[in-house]
Parts: sequence; structure tokens; C-alpha cells
Amino acid sequence: MEIDQLKDIVTEADRAEGETIEAFKRRSLEPYPDPDEWLENNVITTNIDKLLNWARRSTIFPVVCFPACCAFEYIASNASRFDLSRFGMEIIRASPRQADLMITAGTLTWKLAPAVRRIYDQMAEPRWVIAMGACGISGGIFRSSYNVVPGYNRVVPVDVYVPGCPPRPEALIYGINLLQKKIARMHTKIEIPRPPMPGRMAAGK
Amino acid sequence: MTVTLSGNDLARTIGARLPQAVVEANDRWVLVRRESIAQFANFLKNTPELSFDYLNYVTAVDYHDYFELVYQFTALKDNRQVVVKTRCPRNDATVPSITPVYRGADLQEREVFDLMGIKFEGHPNLKRIFLWEGFQGYPLRKDYL
Repeated sequence: MEIDQLKDIVTEADRAEGETIEAFKRRSLEPYPDPDEWLENNVITTNIDKLLNWARRSTIFPVVCFPACCAFEYIASNASRFDLSRFGMEIIRASPRQADLMITAGTLTWKLAPAVRRIYDQMAEPRWVIAMGACGISGGIFRSSYNVVPGYNRVVPVDVYVPGCPPRPEALIYGINLLQKKIARMHTKIEIPRPPMPGRMAAGK
Repeated sequence: MTVTLSGNDLARTIGARLPQAVVEANDRWVLVRRESIAQFANFLKNTPELSFDYLNYVTAVDYHDYFELVYQFTALKDNRQVVVKTRCPRNDATVPSITPVYRGADLQEREVFDLMGIKFEGHPNLKRIFLWEGFQGYPLRKDYL
């Protein structure tokens, strides 16, 4: 296609759009200034524990580990009536790498136990476990069965136990709130990596 | 609605072809000698006037003195069903497999083998299905634990 023909294709509307954008660009040479008083409002002095614990407890993402019927109470907790997202933990992660919390909603059999342990091992630290329901706590009514794990605490360390068969969504939400209080008391040890000093052995190594 | 074929009628039909296969029959089920069960199943499936082409289930019951295996077959063409049973003693829990006749029996016979400890002779792949290798005992037996 020749250039002359192309000129005819460019319409008045195209030219108007180009002029608008050019004028906008000329007006936008400088950014809007940030107000100086922002500094007074935005700088908070705190310690690293409070900051980290606030971040950790405010976005707890549960991993998918729902082997049995307690899962429905969990789903109800997540849905609009009880609305777990009010507390910042509504996003269920299918990948344990992106999750902090394992809610063990259901009976665990020994055949499934290695898979649950594997999911737990794949979760990034720090990680927490809520044993939900009678089966999660102790095996429940299936405790004496030949292939039921009598409580998730045989397989993974549990932080909060939520009793019930199944627990009401309010109970689960209360359990998660308890976990948040527990997280708020956590102490983080910060280890600053130091480069090895030449000619000197690192202490204790 | 599926009509139950009387066990007496079935026993009469089959008794002419497989004498001594049927031990007992009533209007609800047929009890077959365990040596004849595979032959019996083959007969149920491949006789044109019966043509029980669908196996509903294979399951086993522990009656303390003996195990009883229960099979239910359905003829989809005639919408009829029949229940066939066979028994094996507790100290010799072995029954011929009907998997070569009905492929649908494969997993269910493995389940019975796994949980009830009954061996199916002639099964192509008789290994555990629910429990893991190394599990001791047969959990659905009455004397377990």
C-alpha cells in the first residue's frame, strides 16, 4: 500500500485523538507532588515482631486438605453467610507452597496420612495447623477403626483444636481468631547473614 | 421395574445343564457349590434365554462358621435380576474367580480379598486395593480384633 493512500485512511477523529494525547503528554511533564504532611502520618515506629505478626495473621491462606464432611462446614464458613474473608483468610490455595494454614477438615486414614504429611512439609514456614472437628482432634467416632488416624497430631503438629462434629462455622472462625492471637504473640529471630571474615573461623561453626 | 427371577426357576433351568451345581434354591436366591461358581456365571451370561449380562456386585458375609459370597446379576435385555450365593469354609477361604467371565468383578473381588481375606482362584491381578502392603489381618472378618 502506498503512503498517499494511507493518508486518506487517517480520519479527522484519528487526528483529534493524536492531538489530545500530545496535549496530555505536554501537561504531564511533572508528577503531582506528594504532600509533606504525609511523612508525619505515614511513618510509624514499631518493632519487627509486631510488623511481621500483623502481616502474618492478617493474610492466612488455608491449603486444600478437606478429606471428609467437615469440609462443608468450612465451605459454609467461606461462603457469603459467614464470610471468612472478613478476617483476611478467604483465599484457599491449591498449592501448599502459597499457604500458611492447614485446616484438617475430616477423618484421616492411614493410607492418606503420608499425603497429608507431604502437603504439610511443602507448606512454607511459618505454618499452622487447625484440627477441625472430632475426627481431626482424636479420630472421632472412627477412632477404633483399623485404618483411621486417631488425631492429626499423630501426623502434624497442631496449633488450635476446634471441637464439634462438625463444628459450626462460628466455632471455626473463633478457632481461627484464636490462632491469630497466637500468631500475634510470636517472636521472630532475625538472623542477619554475615560474610565470612578472612583468617577467622566463624564462632560455633 | 427390575423383576426378580425366582431362584427355583433358575435352578430348574440350570439343573438340566449343570447337574449338582445347585445346592439349594428358593424364590429369592440360588446357592451354588463353590467349585461350580465360575461355570455357573459363565452359563448365566452366555445362555441366550438367560443372558445375565450385568454384574451388580460381589460381596462377602462372615457367618462365623463359613463365608458366604453373594453375587447379583441383571439381564438388561429382560430387566430381570437374580441373586446367586456360594459358601466357603473358614479354614479354606478360596473361591473360583468370576473375573474372566465378568470384568466388572475385578475390583470388587480384590476388595473382598483385601478386607475379608478370601482368595479368588483365577483372578488376573489379585492384590490389595484399599489397605497397604504389610497390613496384618482382615478387618471385615468377625474375629478381627
